[in-house]
Amino acid sequence: MKLQRTMIFMISTIVLIASNSDSRAEEESSADASTVETSLKAGSDNPRSTATLQTPPALVQAEGLRVQAIQKAIQATVCIFGPKGQGGGSGVVISSDGYALSNYHVVEACGAFMKCSMPDGVLYDAVIVGIDPTGDVALVKLLGRDDFPTATIADSDKVQVGDWCFAIGNPFLLATNFQPSVSMGIISGKNRYQYPSGTLLEYADCLQTDAAINPGNSGGALFNSDGDLVGINGRGSFEKRGRVNVGVGYAISINQIMYFLDHLKSGRLVDHATLGATVESDSEGVVRVNDVLPTSDAFRRGLRYDDVIVSFAGRKISTVNQFKNVLGILPKGFTPKIVYQREGEQFEIVVRLAGVHATGQLTEIIEGKPLDPPAIPGIPPLPTPDDSEGPEEDGDGEKADPEEASEGEELHPYHHLHIKRRGFSNYYFNLLNRNRVWEKFIALGGIWDQQPGRWRITGVVRDDMAADEVPFQLMLGDQKSGIRIGDSSFVLDSTEDLSQQLVPPETGGLLVALHLWRAMLVEGPQQFGDVYYFGGLPARRVANQQAEETVDVLIATRGVTETHFRFNRSKALLQSAEMFPEINSDPCRLAFLDYQRDGDLMVPRRIQFDAGFGSPEKTLVIERIEFLQKRVEENAK
Amino acid sequence: MIRSLFLCLAFLQYFTTADSIAQTRSSTINRTVSQTLPKTVKIVGSGGFRGLEAYQSGFLISNKGHVLTAWSYVLDSDVVMLTMNDGTKREAQLIGFDPRLDIAVLKIDVADTPHFNLEIDTTAGVGDRILAFSNLYGVATGNEPVSVQQGFVSAKIQLSARRGAYQSPYQDDAYLLDAMTNNPGAAGGALTDLQGRLVAMVGKELRDSKTGAWLNFALPMEKLTDAIKRIRAGEMTSSSDIIDRPTEPISAALLGFSLVADIVQKTPPYIDRVVVGSVAAENGARPDDLIIEVNGQMTASVKDVLKQFQRTDRDDTVELTVQRGNRFIDMKLQLVK
Repeated sequence: MKLQRTMIFMISTIVLIASNSDSRAEEESSADASTVETSLKAGSDNPRSTATLQTPPALVQAEGLRVQAIQKAIQATVCIFGPKGQGGGSGVVISSDGYALSNYHVVEACGAFMKCSMPDGVLYDAVIVGIDPTGDVALVKLLGRDDFPTATIADSDKVQVGDWCFAIGNPFLLATNFQPSVSMGIISGKNRYQYPSGTLLEYADCLQTDAAINPGNSGGALFNSDGDLVGINGRGSFEKRGRVNVGVGYAISINQIMYFLDHLKSGRLVDHATLGATVESDSEGVVRVNDVLPTSDAFRRGLRYDDVIVSFAGRKISTVNQFKNVLGILPKGFTPKIVYQREGEQFEIVVRLAGVHATGQLTEIIEGKPLDPPAIPGIPPLPTPDDSEGPEEDGDGEKADPEEASEGEELHPYHHLHIKRRGFSNYYFNLLNRNRVWEKFIALGGIWDQQPGRWRITGVVRDDMAADEVPFQLMLGDQKSGIRIGDSSFVLDSTEDLSQQLVPPETGGLLVALHLWRAMLVEGPQQFGDVYYFGGLPARRVANQQAEETVDVLIATRGVTETHFRFNRSKALLQSAEMFPEINSDPCRLAFLDYQRDGDLMVPRRIQFDAGFGSPEKTLVIERIEFLQKRVEENAK
Repeated sequence: MIRSLFLCLAFLQYFTTADSIAQTRSSTINRTVSQTLPKTVKIVGSGGFRGLEAYQSGFLISNKGHVLTAWSYVLDSDVVMLTMNDGTKREAQLIGFDPRLDIAVLKIDVADTPHFNLEIDTTAGVGDRILAFSNLYGVATGNEPVSVQQGFVSAKIQLSARRGAYQSPYQDDAYLLDAMTNNPGAAGGALTDLQGRLVAMVGKELRDSKTGAWLNFALPMEKLTDAIKRIRAGEMTSSSDIIDRPTEPISAALLGFSLVADIVQKTPPYIDRVVVGSVAAENGARPDDLIIEVNGQMTASVKDVLKQFQRTDRDDTVELTVQRGNRFIDMKLQLVK
């Protein structure tokens, strides 16, 4: 067999670094050629020809393509170093304004600020933005430029086992000359599920490669043979041999990270999702529910013990790990579709995924138990949104713990870009996005805080299912709101617990949702109370519109009631709101439709409402909306 | 040798057009991977404690369901389960093994499975590119396919390797690889060329006898095929005598105790009597102690205890863990002081 092989050629797979000139490469090639000849002569059982070796053009071209791919890819790679020389790792820039991906476990060791070198030979400052401790992903922002070279994002679902790939990064923190190292291999496996190490880290649906992944490669990019980004290297099977490459490296798929990217930009501790149900499989590839929490959304939607899971988020399920792979790449708050069977009958439901960690639990794991607030809190510098010079407001001073608080240390030149706050990796970016969303909405929808009086809204409640119309009158105020539908009247007192005033019946708390809608518009996120930017989510049903759009979500808390205000990202208008009376409850959902200009304001002409997924939908058809003058007596209390 | 890491030999005959050469190479591996994976199996048996993984790798070598793998403690189990590439699980029978080559042949009850044809004799030369298919580190859980690695044959060597202080039984020709193939669970994996032709079987985790360096190596099929034929012909079903045994093993009598009579298949290894003044007595052994471990190996029966004793030289310390009531007691018995 061996003898059939007519000629032997060689190409070098020397680790390429940017400084390699062409002439240098040629020298290497000729040196290698002589080595081959020598070694072939030496091999006694290897009676091969030692005739002059000539590299065929095809191989030269193949090598050229690889060099091109690496040169393209390497531009966007980052070597991360801790600010005081402690720790470090790798990263990759994904947008020209400097957002870069890395691992949580790399960034954690560096603190709020780090130094990032790029192959252009410049050492940039970078600040932490968001972290996903469960998925071991961190988003940082390189500073000082708005034209960073960026990696091209590939579709990691298209990766095949056996594909060539290469890792570029900072193994053993070798990049003291700011030049990263390249290692090459193949995709050894995909859709791997790696059990959580310790309690937190879970790698779901990840890529496995035999390209050398060593300590320091963490957070660095895994590229495909075209030089496009398919994953972030994060973990190896380092066991018996000390912490060096053993031929097994894992990369978080870039598709997973793209689901989380918007959430990471919110500067929060981002949580993964749980269904609130567990599954088990039998040998025939049937996956059944073996436990479901009665408090979970899955239970409320109808999922029960022993139901057979057919598909989850559009992927067929035949093993528990497949189920975990689907679940493990989605952030908290996503609403995937589940198809299940019970006694031969097939059901399809949409389920809102809860966080893996209970409220505050993730924060406690990452930041430790809450401490008493400082006696004299500082006033944080408030950021202005990227694209707006809107006025700066006060109001968050008490909650935020600005970077200046760290005693006795020299201020970082970019200290104003980092605000400490419990539950956030960098509250600055949350404010930035919150203000961006709100001010874009105000710019388009009008300045609602000039209508602080009561609102009187009249029209009809339309029930399309029953082909029925009933007149309604709605009065929304600061303290009291009321609604009359047909002959029934309902009143709400905002000084009492809102979660106990879910009227009218079977609406999930329509009056509460509308009351909080007005409060948010009139007061704005600064005055309303605790309002933070959650991130982007795929938009749910928008009437007459199938396309999946992104909504920016602001979460506003009042008492135990949490309202998700969802703004259409491209149109900037408030598209919908979901009012959750308390934890583990179905929301009352409002969809604001047919916005029309009314003086300075954009006002919805229809408000669709229901009591959560699968409940009957009705519409408030607004005929008239009046903004009344603020009354003195209402203001008094 | 370091140089060889940077060398890559390729063969012109595989590539026709210059434009698509990179794609061709990648798709060659993709194609080989998809054709080869159905011939691989994952094996689960005994182990799972004290750093001994309960899993290893194997591959099909006949259309009747014969599987070649490494001979190891994993197979030393009442039930050895195979997971096929499609995720189905099957119970395997141990047909036989050759302790000198450290290989074993299992059989599962299937017909017409994809398999490697041992009639085709494929060897690899130094510098040839290879692919390794194995379930190293047990990465592939559930129905996931085994892992694939690529690399080169760095050298053909005569294996001189050890596990702990013990010399490995196989001391013949081996391929030394530049890929990190020999990891926990990888033993018994398939090593193929780029076309998917079987070249060798991935070996165990061993260190070089002289340097102590971990070796990445595979056993050439040409060294194994004769033994496989003999095992399949039923000529080598139980040749455990060939294992290097201490010439003077320890025994319960030497240590000064006796076990209950071995009357059933799995008689629980209770101590029956302890001789006054003996090593066993000095270390606190008592009648009715249940021996649950000998030298860190679980002992479920009197036979297991005797087997462990047979493997222990009388000069060595014997570590016993016994259960007395609801307590566990460790003791170290040393005959020679």
